[in-house]
Amino acid sequence: MIEAIRDAMDVMMARDGDVVVFGEDVGFFGGVFRATQGLQAKYGKTRCFDAPISELGIVGAAVGMAAYGLKPCIEIQFADYMYPAYDQIVSEAARLRYRSNGQFTCPMVIRMPAGGGIFGGQTHSQSPEALFTHVCGLKTVVPSNPVDAKGLLIAAIEDPDPVIFLEPKRIYNGPFDGHHDRPVVPWSKHELGEVPDGHYAVPLGKAAVRRTGADVTVLAYGTMVHVALAAAEETGVDAEVIDLRTLVPLDLDAITASVGKTGRCVIVHEATQTSGFGAELSALVQETCFYHLEAPVARVTGWDTPYPHAQEWDYFPGPARVGRALLETMEQ
Amino acid sequence: MAIAKKASPIPSASPATNGQGAAPPELGKAVELAAYRQMLLIRRFEEKAGQMYGMGLIGGFCHLYIGQEAVVVGMQMTLKEGDQIITGYRDHGHMLSCGMDPKGVMAELTGRRGGYSKGKGGSMHMFSVEKGFFGGHGIVGAQVSLGTGLAFANHYRGNDNVSLTYFGDGAANQGQVYESFNMAALWKLPVVYLIENNRYAMGTSVNRASAQTDFSKRGLSFNIPGDQVDGMDVRAVKAAGDKAVEWCRSGKGPYILEMMTYRYRGHSMSDPAKYRTREEVEKVRTERDPIEQVRARVIANKWASEDELKKVDAEVRAIVNEAAEFSTNDPEPDVSELYTDIVR
Repeated sequence: MIEAIRDAMDVMMARDGDVVVFGEDVGFFGGVFRATQGLQAKYGKTRCFDAPISELGIVGAAVGMAAYGLKPCIEIQFADYMYPAYDQIVSEAARLRYRSNGQFTCPMVIRMPAGGGIFGGQTHSQSPEALFTHVCGLKTVVPSNPVDAKGLLIAAIEDPDPVIFLEPKRIYNGPFDGHHDRPVVPWSKHELGEVPDGHYAVPLGKAAVRRTGADVTVLAYGTMVHVALAAAEETGVDAEVIDLRTLVPLDLDAITASVGKTGRCVIVHEATQTSGFGAELSALVQETCFYHLEAPVARVTGWDTPYPHAQEWDYFPGPARVGRALLETMEQ
Repeated sequence: MAIAKKASPIPSASPATNGQGAAPPELGKAVELAAYRQMLLIRRFEEKAGQMYGMGLIGGFCHLYIGQEAVVVGMQMTLKEGDQIITGYRDHGHMLSCGMDPKGVMAELTGRRGGYSKGKGGSMHMFSVEKGFFGGHGIVGAQVSLGTGLAFANHYRGNDNVSLTYFGDGAANQGQVYESFNMAALWKLPVVYLIENNRYAMGTSVNRASAQTDFSKRGLSFNIPGDQVDGMDVRAVKAAGDKAVEWCRSGKGPYILEMMTYRYRGHSMSDPAKYRTREEVEKVRTERDPIEQVRARVIANKWASEDELKKVDAEVRAIVNEAAEFSTNDPEPDVSELYTDIVR
């Protein structure tokens, strides 16, 4: 998936001279996860370069660049490092269009590796998507596979507004279904690992059905799509697994169509539960599908704790917990 | 934009860089031997941690301190009971130098219940009230504001303790560092800002990330004095540290020390270190190694024989092996610990 993300930036830098890529260790080093490797050599130091360790400064500068028509695609090294920049993201990037009566816009992308599963502990594992979806003026994207990652990132760079692009780092090198004790399966063995060449966009706001089913709808994104698929197979529950792909804008039509059919809904995310994005999804399902529901909407999420170092797999909502929720929802 | 890429200078060997303008004062037999033992403990501990990481016993992130030992060991000699220490994520050396138990540190690295944070914190997140160690912080630069607050608490309590606030050349570009400098100078807080300049913020050399690469000058606009110090020479560190700590204790406000140092290993365990040459690392290792410097003086002054130093090494290795064994066999925290220490 790393190559797909790099490819998206490569394609867009080649097509559009206004696309600029920068961040901590992004230029010479090629990024902590090597997402920008080779871009500086190809496009030069004015278009792909290193920034000091100054998240607030990086985002603030990008907002200024975007306001003047550039299209910065910047990297925050880990989503957990975003907090110093949150003021710029919320107060400036997200609000520039509204505040300037549409005269100035902020066409920028902030890429951030997010999520756990790599023993990163509390400062290298968080999933802060709800902190962005709560902010009007931002779009929030979480890809679950290489084909989508490239197409969604291209769409994000082409989007006229600020887009938060959260990359689940656990699936950079292969799909991960939560069975941490099994060997890593590379993307080359997965149908969505075959990334088309050249330019293509996956539109923001369109979910994808990863598994059709009749009994229960599972709403997931990022790594959890693979966990949900594994849980469906392992429990034998005929689940319809929907990969949201973008949280804002949200494909509510796809959700209501599926829940209207199945009458049951399980929401899965890795972030902590309280005020997580699952709460929003649950409320929307209740509001739009109430008369179709045959069971309460269930949530399987990370626990309401900091991301632990030693107890990573106790925290992580793996296929056993998701499977249990599927079975319980079916019993109701 | 033209971003100049200059060769990264290695730490200067010049005694003039100790901020005193002269060769650092000698420490004498007892202090040098103690420094030797402490630095060796850190090095052997870190070598073992590197091995254990390779064996899969330590997961996630692990940032080794090898090469920088003289900084924490020299600074520790300047402190007294009640002083506080706080640092970033490359923290193992700081914890060992302030007397924390190697077993508890290593067990935290392996995520076991005997670790300083019961295994829930990991390499970057450990604390000891008893030793005045306020962490281990994984967010680059965040501890600088906290260290300033520790100094405020000293000021408020009216004691003469000092907050030793460590951060790196990379963290020195974070905005909150300068917010902290302003407050510390404004309120005359007893904090020594210790910038460990090891030349690389992960894979980015200081020249590629910093407009002002002389970090001792970073406090000038706040009227905070600063010295550049040969951080590979424990004598120079001690001398500069004494001066800075005394400045703070006497109520004159903050002080900045830029420790010119060098890390031999990669930023973390997954760093191929392609941003510098093997020769550059070798040159520092052979010409400036902090432990070899002490060793050479010990032998030249006949403070100890080769055999006696070998014995020190054996004792240190035994401590480290014991820590490794403990941290391998100690159980993981009970699942009931998942929800402890969040709020009361």
